[in-house]
Amino acid sequence: MWIAFEKMSKYYLNYLEQLESEAIHIMREVAGQFEKPALLFSGGKDSITLVRLAEKAFRPGKFPFPLVHIDTGHNFPEALNYRDKLVAELGEKLIVRKVEDTIRTKKLTEPKGKFASRNALQTFTLLDTIEEFKFDACIGGARRDEEKARAKERIFSVRDEFGQWDPKLQRPELWNIYNGKIHKGENVRVFPISNWTELDVWNYIKKEEIKLPSIYFAHERECVVTSENQLVAVSHFIRIDANDKIVKKKVRYRTVGDMTCTAAVESNASNIDEVVKEIEASRISERGETRIDDQVSEAAMEDRKKGGYF
Amino acid sequence: MDILRLITAGSVDDGKSTLIGRLLYDSKSILSDQLAAIEKQSKNKEKGEIDLAILTDGLRAEREQGITIDVAYKYFSTPKRKFIIADAPGHIQYTRNMVTGASNCDLVIILIDARKGVIEQTRRHSIITTLLGIPHIVVAINKMDLVNHSEETYNKIVSDYKKLQEQLEIKDAIFIPISALSGDNIVEKSKNMSWYKSEALLEILENVKLNNDINLTHARFPVQYVIRPQTNELHDYRGYAGKISSGIFKKDDKIIVQPAGIKTSIKKIEINNKEITEAFAPQSVVLHLQDEIDISRGDTITKEENSPAITQDLEVILCWMDTKPMEIGNKYLIQHNSKQVRGTVKNIDYKINVNTLEKESGYSSAQLNDVCKVTIKTASPLAVDAYKTLRTNGGFILIDETSHVTVGACIIQ
Repeated sequence: MWIAFEKMSKYYLNYLEQLESEAIHIMREVAGQFEKPALLFSGGKDSITLVRLAEKAFRPGKFPFPLVHIDTGHNFPEALNYRDKLVAELGEKLIVRKVEDTIRTKKLTEPKGKFASRNALQTFTLLDTIEEFKFDACIGGARRDEEKARAKERIFSVRDEFGQWDPKLQRPELWNIYNGKIHKGENVRVFPISNWTELDVWNYIKKEEIKLPSIYFAHERECVVTSENQLVAVSHFIRIDANDKIVKKKVRYRTVGDMTCTAAVESNASNIDEVVKEIEASRISERGETRIDDQVSEAAMEDRKKGGYF
Repeated sequence: MDILRLITAGSVDDGKSTLIGRLLYDSKSILSDQLAAIEKQSKNKEKGEIDLAILTDGLRAEREQGITIDVAYKYFSTPKRKFIIADAPGHIQYTRNMVTGASNCDLVIILIDARKGVIEQTRRHSIITTLLGIPHIVVAINKMDLVNHSEETYNKIVSDYKKLQEQLEIKDAIFIPISALSGDNIVEKSKNMSWYKSEALLEILENVKLNNDINLTHARFPVQYVIRPQTNELHDYRGYAGKISSGIFKKDDKIIVQPAGIKTSIKKIEINNKEITEAFAPQSVVLHLQDEIDISRGDTITKEENSPAITQDLEVILCWMDTKPMEIGNKYLIQHNSKQVRGTVKNIDYKINVNTLEKESGYSSAQLNDVCKVTIKTASPLAVDAYKTLRTNGGFILIDETSHVTVGACIIQ
């Protein structure tokens, strides 16, 4: 029996290899089906993982799409440095469109308040960018385990000409057959790592020895303690009030979004093995621990997606 | 560690979402902030119970109506396995979403309400899961707490289902009495049903053998994309990128490019830019061929042995998924793996009555959620297999050429 097992195990993929192959297949479907695809790149670990998968799908050829960064202007400097270095190493094209420019040209109202987030305004810039370049498919690093509205989304998610998602009328999506047929003006959001969990991503980063922006690992930082007891980095993007409690802590980031709406977690994990261990032991979800914007309402994400968010 | 993809099926209010919630809760896979959110919303809070179904009903409309409209995917792991659970809707009108969730599952849990027994949706979902060739079936008789954990009631339902099982020629089905609400036989064996001697549900899910489900004998490689860097140093590089859907390919293997039938051999296999001598399903690789031949997206690379059928005439079981009916003579775009061709429906041989399982003939159109046997003619040949032999090469979808929506799922006979 053991001999039989040994024989079989030669043709066996473990779960990470299965997920990787599935994601590469999805990326190649995008390349095969669309005229003007793009890869949405934020500088976070999920989009960094997408870049590695794209290398696996298309090298030694060039990527059949540019990287597109919708820049809110509220980035961690470490993430921006990382982005520019990565793009230079890859030799691929990067398109940056700034939320600030959309605010100016479209006369949008800047959100006010203590942690004024441009997260919602990002959608305007994204939709404008899609229109400007006539992108018909945008690859994103969203995962279904992140949030309950995302848990509902197809791998090829069709958006109308306003970028809107209609969750009650999604196309059937069978087997590994992805229907990317759309009308002019519509676009498809494609999520190759839909079936990965946060821990899968971290384990993949570890296995592949992917470099990450330094803020993913423990470092000293001055943070404001919010009313929900979250730690938000002190920066000139947030308003510091006189009675704010400011602490200096050893922290790392579990996700990298805007400085205004991403919270840090206290941690001593200074390398990938230690981070994986912490994530394994964590009893609180990634978004729950680190995103300030999702706590607004039960359907916050669903509403944003319906409005064109990715 | 491997992955088990499973789906829960059953009628409305059979407790599918509750079961998934329970599996996640009892296996300690619900995180504290998610639990807090559920507790806040639970209607049964005064009784001290939390409504676990809330966990998967992720849309506002679902929470408002207390039903599942579309598939929600949930993830958890035990030391033995990673699980991907598709929580599918039970309403007949959302059957297409159930089909979406079921199409690439390894295992289905068919839930039956112990008070109601085998009903129309049990039959419909059993037929669909059989058609989709889901290799493993678990029949969970739920809400046992509402029938006093009666062994007699359980046995009666099991014997009713076995009749259906015989009709549908389902080889193996595992039966288990559970209560998703109170957690009986989900993660721990139930103290209320000591007459049930077998494993709890989670153990069943952990121990189902998946090794034999991947076909390693019928080599199929649908070409997705051609990699041609066209740079000075890689001037002659021409790699065919795709995912091996079944079988094994080795360097120097003789291959046939279908449907054209051109023969050549494999010069080189690459994975992640590195050369390897052998690759197998479901790996995504790049193949290089000995001769320069015309190959593009949509072609399938196969071998001489166990070759697919090359045909323009397809006999299929069709699940119709659009509100607009399908009429004989209609033309559709067919997508079979990476290949797209046009096709027309020549005939509806019969419809399957999901209650009686009888084949009813004389129809000229198919309505939403109908399951029928149809004949399709394609504009050019496809390299196909019977779904029963090769799930990964025996299914295709129909796309409406004007709306671009996926309107039909076809299972090749």
